[in-house]
Amino acid sequence: MLDFVQQLVSGVALGCVYGLIALGFVLVYKATEVVNFAQGDLMMLGGFFAFTFIGMMGLNYWIGFAGAVAAMALFGMLAERVVVRPILGYPQFSIIMATIGLGYFLRSVAGMIWGTDDLKIETPFSHGVLRVGSLVLAYDKLSVIAATMILCALLWLFFNKTTLGTAMRASSENMLAAYYMGIPVKRVVSVVWAISAAVATCAGVLLAPITFIHSNVGLVLGLKAFPAAVLGGFGSIPGAVVGGVLIGVIESMAGFYLAEGWKDVAPYIVLLAVLLLKPEGLFGLHVRKKV
Amino acid sequence: MRFLFKTDYEDDIKLFPHSGYVVSYGILLALLLIAPYVLSSYLMSQLVFVCIYATVGVGLLILTGFTGQASLGHAAFLAIGAYTAAYLQKYNVPFPVYFLAAGALTGLIGAMVGFPALRLTGIYLVIATISFALIVEEILARWESVTNGNEGMRVKTLSLLGVTVPRDSPTFYFLCLAVLVLTIVGTLNLLRSPTGRAFVAIRDSETAARSMGVNVALYKVKSFAISAAITGFAGVLFAHKLSFISPEMFTLQLSIEFIIVILIGGTFSLHGAVLGAIFIVMIDPFLTYLKDDLPGIIAGIAATFGAGAATAGNIQSKVAAFASLNGLKGAIYGIIIVLFVLFEPLGLYGRWLKIKLFFQLFPLYKRATFKRQKIYVKSERNR
Repeated sequence: MLDFVQQLVSGVALGCVYGLIALGFVLVYKATEVVNFAQGDLMMLGGFFAFTFIGMMGLNYWIGFAGAVAAMALFGMLAERVVVRPILGYPQFSIIMATIGLGYFLRSVAGMIWGTDDLKIETPFSHGVLRVGSLVLAYDKLSVIAATMILCALLWLFFNKTTLGTAMRASSENMLAAYYMGIPVKRVVSVVWAISAAVATCAGVLLAPITFIHSNVGLVLGLKAFPAAVLGGFGSIPGAVVGGVLIGVIESMAGFYLAEGWKDVAPYIVLLAVLLLKPEGLFGLHVRKKV
Repeated sequence: MRFLFKTDYEDDIKLFPHSGYVVSYGILLALLLIAPYVLSSYLMSQLVFVCIYATVGVGLLILTGFTGQASLGHAAFLAIGAYTAAYLQKYNVPFPVYFLAAGALTGLIGAMVGFPALRLTGIYLVIATISFALIVEEILARWESVTNGNEGMRVKTLSLLGVTVPRDSPTFYFLCLAVLVLTIVGTLNLLRSPTGRAFVAIRDSETAARSMGVNVALYKVKSFAISAAITGFAGVLFAHKLSFISPEMFTLQLSIEFIIVILIGGTFSLHGAVLGAIFIVMIDPFLTYLKDDLPGIIAGIAATFGAGAATAGNIQSKVAAFASLNGLKGAIYGIIIVLFVLFEPLGLYGRWLKIKLFFQLFPLYKRATFKRQKIYVKSERNR
C-alpha cells in the first residue's frame, strides 16, 4: 500500500510537469488553433536560461527564475513573429512543420551553446524531504505540484475572467470577426506566445532538480505532453493538467507494476484508446458543424 | 507556348499529355540507366537511398498529399516491411515471396491503423500516428523472439532467382529503380482512376465528397493501406541496403524526414517525392563537403579582397571551428524546414513550375500568379 501511495505521488509530480508543458500547448491552441511542436524545446531553452542566470552568473534563485521567465517571454514573442505569424491561418500541417523545424533549430543551437552534458541547477527545493507518517515526499516534487496548481488556477482565471483572455478565445474562434470587433489580433497572439513560453520556462526550471537539463529534454518530455494535452481535450486548461497527471500516474504505475518496456508505451496506448472512444478528449467540447 | 487541345476525358487523363513528356522522361530514364557506369560508388549508394526515400515519399504523398491525412508514423511502416523481410529471410523464403509478403502485411497493418484514424482529423491524427510509431518502435525492441530486440537483425545478401545481388552492385540499384518507377506509374494510374479522384475529393472537402456519394471511410482506409504497403516495399529494399536493422533506426526522426521529403519536394505532385528525396539524401554529402572545403574557400575569398595571410588563416580556422560544431546539421535542417514552409510552400517542384512558366510566358510572367491569398484563422473545432 505504501509503495502504491509513493508511486502515486511521484506519478502526480511527473504528471504535473507534463501538465505544465501541455498547458503551453493548450494556451497556444486555445488562442490561435496552432499546435506548437516546439513547446518542449521552449521549456528546454527556459531551463538553460535559468541555468545561465543562476548557475553561471550566480544570481539568487528567484531573481534568476524571474529573469529566465522574462527572457523566454520575449523569445516566445520573437518566435511567433518570425515563424508563426506569416503562416497563421494556413493549413495546420504547414504550421506543425514550421514548429517542428523551429524545434530542430532550438535543440541544435542549445546543444552548440550549452554543450550536450546534463546540467543541474541548485534550487531551494533540491534537497530535503517532507515526512508524512512513513511516506517520504521530496521537496522538488512537491514544488512542481504546488506550482502547477497555482499556474493552472491563474491561467484559468485569466482566460475566463479577464478581457484579454476573452479576446484570446474570440480570436481563436474567428480571427476576422474578432478583428472587426476591435480586438488587436496580432498583439493578442503575440501575448499568448509570450505567456506560453513563460509557462514552459516555469516547467523547465522546476524540472531542473528532477531530470536535469540537456538539449534533448524538450523532445522527450514534449512527446509525453502530447498525450496529456489530448487526454484533456486540447482546449481546456484544467484538462491539460488532469491529463498530465493521468499520464504521469499511468507511467509511474506501469513502470512499477508491469514488465519493463510498458512504462514507455503505456501513455500512448491510453492515448490511442481515448482517441478511439472519445476523440474530443475527456474535457473537450463536442460540436457538430451545421451545414 | 504549347496549347493542349483536349476533346474528351481520355485526353485529360493521359499519362503523357504531349510528346515532350515522352522525350524528357526517356532521356531521364536513359541517364539513370547509364548512371552506375559513370558515377562513383559513393554516389551510387546515395542514388539507391534516393530511390528508396522517393518510394516512401510516393507512398506518403498518396496519404498526405492526395487524401489529406497527415501521418508522422511512416517510419513504423518502413520498419514493419524491413523486419518482415529479415524474419522471412531466416526461413529461406525466396525474395519475390517475402517482398510481396512484406508489402501485404504492411498494407494490412496500415488498414488497421486507418480504421481508428477515421474518426480523427488534423492534429489528433498526427498525434495518433506518432503514438502508433512509438508503440511499434517499442514492440520491435521488446519482441525478442522475432526481432532480436535491441541487438538488431542481420539481413543476408539479396538473392534473386538464384543470383546473389550484393547491396552495392548495379543490379541492386536497378532493382530499386524498377520498384520506384513501377510505384510511380502505378500511383499515376491510381490517381486517374475513380479511387484516386475520390482521394482528392476527400482531401479538398470531406463534406462535399460525402454528399457526392464517396464512401469516405472506405477510401480513407484504402489510402492508408496503399500508402503503408508502398512504404513496406521500400522497407524491404531499405533492409537489404543497410544489411542490418535495429529498432533505433526507425524513430520519429525518420518519420519526420519522410514528411520533410514531401514537404520540400512539393505535396501536390509525385515529382515532389523524387525531388524531396534527392534533397534529403544529398544534403548529407553536401554538408560534409561544406565542412571540408568551405573554410578554405572563404579564406580564399577574404584573401582576394585584400585580407592579409594571417587574417585569412584566422578566418579559415574560425569557419572550420564553426562548421565542425556539433549539431550544425540539425540547425540547418530546422532552418530549411522553416524557410520552405514560409517562402516556398509548393516546394521544389513548385519552384520548377514557376521557373518554367517564367520562360514560357516571357516577358509576361506575373509574380501574382502564385501569390498566396490572405487567410484568417477560423476554428476547426466546429468542423
